[in-house]
Amino acid sequence: MTRLVDVAVKIRSKNAGPFWLTVDIFCGSAEVFDRVSAALKSDEVAKLFQMQTENLKRFDIADLYVVKFSLPRPQIQGVRADRDMHGASFANLLAELVV
Amino acid sequence: MVKVLIPSGALGLGYDRAALARGIAAKPDIIAIDGGSTDSGPHYLGTGTSKYSRNSTKAEWAELMEARAQAGVPLIIGTAGTCGADTAVDWLVEITREIAAERGESLKLAVLKSGQDIEALVHALGAGRITDLPAAPEISASVLRDCTNVVALAGAEQIQAALDTGADIVIAGRTTDTAILSALPLARGCHAGGVWHGAKIGECGALATTSPNSGTILIEFDETGFTMTPMGADARATPHTVSAHMLYENSDPYILYEPGGHLDVRGATYTALDDRTVRVEGSKWVVSDRYTVKLEGARQAGFQTVSLALVRDARYVEHINAWCADIVEKCAAKAQARVDGQFGIELRIIGQNATLGELDSQAVAGTELGVMGIVTAETEALSREVAKMLNPYLLHHPLTEQEEMPTFAFPFSPPEMPRGAIYEFCLNHVLELDDPMQAFRLSVEEIKP
Repeated sequence: MTRLVDVAVKIRSKNAGPFWLTVDIFCGSAEVFDRVSAALKSDEVAKLFQMQTENLKRFDIADLYVVKFSLPRPQIQGVRADRDMHGASFANLLAELVV
Repeated sequence: MVKVLIPSGALGLGYDRAALARGIAAKPDIIAIDGGSTDSGPHYLGTGTSKYSRNSTKAEWAELMEARAQAGVPLIIGTAGTCGADTAVDWLVEITREIAAERGESLKLAVLKSGQDIEALVHALGAGRITDLPAAPEISASVLRDCTNVVALAGAEQIQAALDTGADIVIAGRTTDTAILSALPLARGCHAGGVWHGAKIGECGALATTSPNSGTILIEFDETGFTMTPMGADARATPHTVSAHMLYENSDPYILYEPGGHLDVRGATYTALDDRTVRVEGSKWVVSDRYTVKLEGARQAGFQTVSLALVRDARYVEHINAWCADIVEKCAAKAQARVDGQFGIELRIIGQNATLGELDSQAVAGTELGVMGIVTAETEALSREVAKMLNPYLLHHPLTEQEEMPTFAFPFSPPEMPRGAIYEFCLNHVLELDDPMQAFRLSVEEIKP
C-alpha cells in the first residue's frame, strides 16, 4: 500500500484567509506528478473532508509538479469547534491517503 | 525602475542583519514590511491587539528606523499590530514616538487607519454595497453591530495617498499584504501586472527563496516586469521558488483579487538571470468595474475556561471515549441543575484525535492521553463555575460504579485556566466605495525630539 506521503516531496496545508483552506502536494518530478495526478480522485479527497466534491477546487499544475486543492474550511478559523488555528494539520489527511 | 526592500515577512519575525545591511547598500527607493494578517486567529482583531511582544516589536522597529535613516527613504508598515485595527495602529505609533525620542530623531509620520464605523456599514449593507465572497457567513445589521472591530483592507491607492504626504514613516492599519509593496512602483508607472505579481511574491520576504529565515529580499520593478534578488548570502531565488509562491495561502494559484482589479499570472514567464536571481514578465492586471475593499470583522463568542488532565492508567486509556462521554453527560446534568445561563462542555482527547476530530480515521491512542476540558459560557464567571464542577470528574471519575475511586494527573493547581472572552471572524465580504479614501482616514504628525 503506497500512501501519498511515500511518493510526494512535501504536502502542506494552510489557511487561505479565515474561511478557506488550501492543500499543496509537491510531487518533485514529472513522473510522480503524472502518477499522483492520475491516482488522486477528487471524490476521495472530498470524502476525507466529509464535504461535497463540487465545493472542492482542484488545480493540477504540471509546471510545478503540484496538485493543489482548495476548500471552504471544515470549521471557520478560530470558531469554538475549530481545532487547528493555522490549518496546518489537515495535510496529514492527504499524506495518509493510499494512492 | 523602483527598488523595494522587504526586510522580512512580518515585523517581529526577525531577519538576518547582514542581509538587511546588504539591502540598504543596494539603495532601495522604499523599505516595506507587513505587520500582520488574520492567520493567528480572531482574538487579535476581536481585541484590537498585537500578537507579538511589545519589546520584540520595539527592538525590530528601532532597527528598521535606523536602516531607514541610513537609506534616507520612506519606511512603511501595513497591517500594523497584527490585525490593523485602530488601537493596534495607535500602539505602534506610540512605540514609534518612544524610539524617535530615544534616538533624538525628527520625523514626519503618516498614519492610515482602516477601522470602520459600524453604523456606516449597516447603512452600506442596506444600500446593497456590501457583497459576500465565496464561503461567506450570513450577515445582518445585528451581526455588524456585534463586531468589536471591523477593518477594511486598503489597497495601493490609499497607501499612495499616505506616501504622497512626503512622510518618512507610514504606519498603516489593515491593508492587503501586497498594497504596501505595490503602491510606489505603481505610482511611478511600472508595469501593473508585474507590480502586483512581484508584490505577492515579496510579501512573505525570503519565503519565496531557498533560505526562508534570511528574511530580506529586494525586488526591482520596471516597465515590463520585476526582478527578485535575495539579500541573504546563501539564499537563492529560482524560477521554482518564485513561481511556487503563488500557491502559498492562496486558494487560487493564478488569480489574486485586490481593490480595483485582479492579478492574472497565467501568462507569466520565470527566467533565472543567474543562480540566485529571477526575472518575471507576462503577468496581467485586470481592472474591475467597481472599486471594492475587503472587510474583516470579529465578534465576541462567549467566555472560555479550559482544564487539563492526564490519563496514564491503561484500562482508562483503552476506554477513554466512554469515560469522556459519561463525564460530559453527568457534569452537564449537574451544572444545569445548579447554575443559570447557557454553557457548553467539550472534552478533547489529546493523543487520540484532538487535532482532526471526527475527520481522523487513523486515530490510535498511545500509553497516555491528555484530556482537555473546554467550557464555553455566556459569562466569564459561569465558564469558571462550570469548569470547577468539571474538575472533580476529570480527577476522580470511575469507569464503573464497582471500583475504588481512581485519581488522574493534574499538571497544575488550579487545573482550570480561564481564557477570557473568545472571538470569531464573521465577515468575508467586500464593500463598494465611490472613492478609495472613503472608508479610510489619513493623518500626518511631525515628531520632534
